[in-house]
Amino acid sequence: MTVTTPVAKTVDARGLSCPLPIVKTALAIKELASGDLIEVLATDPGSTKDFTAWTKSTGNELVESSVDGAVYRYLLRKK
Amino acid sequence: MTATLTRPVLPTALVEGLDDPEADGAVKTKEILIICESGDLERTWATTILATSAAASNVKVSIFFTFWGFFPLVRPERRITGENWMQKMLSFMNRPGIDHLKLSRMNFMGMGPWMMKKLAKHYGVAEPGELLGMAQALGVRLIPCQMSMDMMGFKREDLIDGLEEPVGGATVIEMIANGATPLFI
Repeated sequence: MTVTTPVAKTVDARGLSCPLPIVKTALAIKELASGDLIEVLATDPGSTKDFTAWTKSTGNELVESSVDGAVYRYLLRKK
Repeated sequence: MTATLTRPVLPTALVEGLDDPEADGAVKTKEILIICESGDLERTWATTILATSAAASNVKVSIFFTFWGFFPLVRPERRITGENWMQKMLSFMNRPGIDHLKLSRMNFMGMGPWMMKKLAKHYGVAEPGELLGMAQALGVRLIPCQMSMDMMGFKREDLIDGLEEPVGGATVIEMIANGATPLFI
């Protein structure tokens, strides 16, 4: 999927464990408008399942999910 | 993009009656009430982790702090609380404040919690106190138990800011009866 909208915010959750990647993302996304993109960087291996579950409960969209070495990158669109 | 499963197309009237876990807002718990009762470090940790996770996932969360679980609501800098000698003795023996909780096992006069917090820091795990602050920022309601507050001699000024009005058991039961999922931790 081609992403044309620029990323509005990046949450650096590298080195942080559960539940901080989700909690920091939830706090950051509050300040964004509907349709905005937010990028999350994490090293918690559990974050992949957590972000999938989180998008299901919140209705936000997981646009992209990738891994680069030990760093997970999630691109999310606010509902 | 997240993968979506192919589903057979059904008439809308039929689909609406199904418990579709993919459908937004369907068959999901939308309110959780955590009863924080133990005051142990590990259980208070579980309480604050689940509360922040749930609130971050748009689930309405309240935490009812009662008995030993009331102690995390006291400002960590308060040392001796209470009016009479028994209440004072209680706070002397069981230091109040979320930064001073003890492990239920392997406490070893404070060595256990010290090591646990050192490990937590190393692995990027937030402490219960930090998580409680984040819970408040996410809109989690912190409800003190009136009975515990009176019996153990805590005053409103002994407690952290941003709490709801203290309530009793009937309010807790009413919340559960109205559909909040209770977690007794």
